Amino acid sequence: MINLETPKKHRALIEQAHQTAANMLRPISRKYDAAEHEYPKELDMLAAMIDGLSESGAAEGAGAAGVRRDENGGDDGKVKNGANLASVLSVAEMCWGDTGLMLTMPRQGLGNSAIASVATEEQLKRFQGTWAAMAITEPSFGSDSAAITTTAKLDGDHYVLNGEKIFVTSGERADSVVVWATLDKSLGRAAIKSFVVEKGTPGMKVERLEHKLGIRASDTAVILFTDCRVPAENLLGSPEIDVKQGFAGAMATFDNTRPLVAAMAVGTARASLDLTRELLAKAGVEVDYDRPAQVQSAAAAKFLQMEADWEAAQLLMMQSAWMADNRKPNSLEASMAKAKAGRVGSDITLSCVELCGTLGYSEGELLEKWARDSKILDIFEGTQQIQQLIVARRVLGLTSGELK
Amino acid sequence: MSLTRTFKPGGRHGLPSSESRDPIGFAVAALNRVAQSELLDRMRLRKPAEQAVYTATRSGFKAIGAASRTFEKRGKRGAAGVRVPSADGRGIFDLTPTEDEQMLVDVVTEFATDVVRPAAAAADDECAAPKELLESSLEIGLPILGVPESLGGVSEARSAMAGTLVAEALAKGDLGLAVATLAPGAVATALSLWGTDEQQQTYLPAFTGSDVPAAALALSEPTVLFDALSPATTATRRDGGFVLNGVKSLVPRGAEAELFVVGAELEGKPVLFLVESSAEGLHIEADPAMGVRAAGLTKLKLKDVKVPAEAVLGETDGSTYTECVRLSRLAWCALAVGTAQAVLDYVTPYVNERHAFGEPISHRQAVAFMVADIAIELQSMRLVTYKAASRAAQGLDYSREVALARRLCADKGMKIGNDGVQLLGGHGFVKEHPVERWYRDLRAIGLAEGAVLV
Repeated sequence: MINLETPKKHRALIEQAHQTAANMLRPISRKYDAAEHEYPKELDMLAAMIDGLSESGAAEGAGAAGVRRDENGGDDGKVKNGANLASVLSVAEMCWGDTGLMLTMPRQGLGNSAIASVATEEQLKRFQGTWAAMAITEPSFGSDSAAITTTAKLDGDHYVLNGEKIFVTSGERADSVVVWATLDKSLGRAAIKSFVVEKGTPGMKVERLEHKLGIRASDTAVILFTDCRVPAENLLGSPEIDVKQGFAGAMATFDNTRPLVAAMAVGTARASLDLTRELLAKAGVEVDYDRPAQVQSAAAAKFLQMEADWEAAQLLMMQSAWMADNRKPNSLEASMAKAKAGRVGSDITLSCVELCGTLGYSEGELLEKWARDSKILDIFEGTQQIQQLIVARRVLGLTSGELK
Repeated sequence: MSLTRTFKPGGRHGLPSSESRDPIGFAVAALNRVAQSELLDRMRLRKPAEQAVYTATRSGFKAIGAASRTFEKRGKRGAAGVRVPSADGRGIFDLTPTEDEQMLVDVVTEFATDVVRPAAAAADDECAAPKELLESSLEIGLPILGVPESLGGVSEARSAMAGTLVAEALAKGDLGLAVATLAPGAVATALSLWGTDEQQQTYLPAFTGSDVPAAALALSEPTVLFDALSPATTATRRDGGFVLNGVKSLVPRGAEAELFVVGAELEGKPVLFLVESSAEGLHIEADPAMGVRAAGLTKLKLKDVKVPAEAVLGETDGSTYTECVRLSRLAWCALAVGTAQAVLDYVTPYVNERHAFGEPISHRQAVAFMVADIAIELQSMRLVTYKAASRAAQGLDYSREVALARRLCADKGMKIGNDGVQLLGGHGFVKEHPVERWYRDLRAIGLAEGAVLV
């Protein structure tokens, strides 16, 4: 039966995330925006609490690792609301609090999602509890992940990594980094594999931390790998170079992380909408849902349009997670969700600053911060344009050779 | 004064009254007068092809309402009518229709593909739905979707979701014909939702029988910045009944309709009234529009139309009327989703087959990204609409969700209609392809009130 309400079983978890966001993240939101690169020590206690929740089962499997698709669970034909849906809904709630802080939450890194997506059962156990960052991008490429130049050469029972990675979220703080490298550049995409490199491995060096437009609470590192020896068993998934399967294995990670990034945009945008609604109400502008927009004030009309776009982004996000929960292929829907949430996130947070004038522009409120934080969400894990490419290829039935 | 008025072009032909003429303007205006002169025609100076061809509809007809059957009063006056319960949501996020809904969608999809789409272009042209098409729409049970089982309909629980899915599937065939076929159902559903026992017993048998009357839900009015919640049409109490005055627009199949549900303001509150077409003082005027033409749009003029006390449908405090407006908007959203899907389904093969510069135009990002955005926003419209519909079916407050769906479907639906034509270029502008019709039809979303209801 068609029902798009927040699942009953996840409501307690979401409320918990909301309380955490409101009472833990918001009070330190401005502090770590100003003090870029300072470690938010408050988060250690929060991470411990989240671990406790996970073990008690109260978290419904939500979190960065919640994207794993359980292949063993029997399909009883019943519709499931599982860990994927719980994850996007709680991530959105945490990002309503603060996206930068959420991104630097111990053990909730994108690398954890990568591990959950492609690791074998043995690896999953071995890396349990690690806080993993993700290192894909290099100075010479961004969206074109197939252009990876970082190499991994098998030498005995180790792979030797050489190359430079940039834009590594939590690259300094995390316990380990999931590094994408090629086994053989001449074999193209199929030879690209990911490796878990633990912090302190000789040959791995955090070169510097970036100064950024937003999500400043989260550190973004440049990492150099010079003859960095990684145990062969740290290659995630299968070491076989399957030319037929090509890039699909590595790309499966994105099907799982894109709904999470959509969730971040949905959460950030709602923070802006919630506050703007209240500020507008204080100024005497209330949105009337029954009257046509054109007989209301321009501010109310703009608000209606933003809220409608927001609702769409949220439902696309929920749809892609719901499909993952029910083991339906969702890469089209995941890209739709990220494309919509990414652009809507920018429009909403920026428009809310405009509606609130210098009040919104000033550091006295958080509206200007959300407008800076939201921008990255339309970029990382695949830019707006990459999502459009993916959607277009799927809808039009074109290959990456035909639609470049 | 009258002379200066004729020199001033404003106030007519869509020109603002501030418009003035310079010498060239006067010359052009004079030339235009000559061009319009009958002298040219008498002297056979004009090419026959230039003669304006006015269809009977375009030139307009004026008529009193269709001869109405006698709706014999039955049932208990003032007693509550039959109501179906709300659907039970079970609290699980789910995008799968029920088996019954899916079956319905399959039947309607087949009808839309095999019957509606092939008839669409001609119906648009003629401003009328073909008789056979209307008859077969009765066979698949369109008017009784929202009518309770115990009253001869098919509804066991609140059917807003099923109605939404059906409207979407129909509009995939054609929006104008969808409105034409759904119009009687809007009135039947309204009677089922809010009618008294007497109103249900009096009118519904006609809708559940074999000779279903045309009927129309008339909420729109021809005014700028029209606000459905504040209709200018008035109802005044007189002689134990009411007197209605005003003009309603966007009334589908008004010329043949035998029963109207009319929105009017009574003592400061908007209220719904049942008006039979035989009522004195009721006039119908053809009012063809940019699109939705197959629905046979008309204006309904009410001049001192007397209706009895029991003509009030639902509450007089504005609550029934407001719910009716919301459910009608929901139906229009569903129609937008179906039409936008038709656009996507049409442009996809076109851009793959159309070649320019040695390759399909779909191989260019400028084209491909437009298609991607159509797909993304279409799914956005669908999900937001489904959420509102599902809340309505479950008896939850859906005022916010319906408003958001309407905003989104108006904005994105029109953009999809616009891009649909753009993607076909000049070919999109000519009637050989249906995209120009969808462009015209989708402009109705966001401004249309009434006519359809889920």
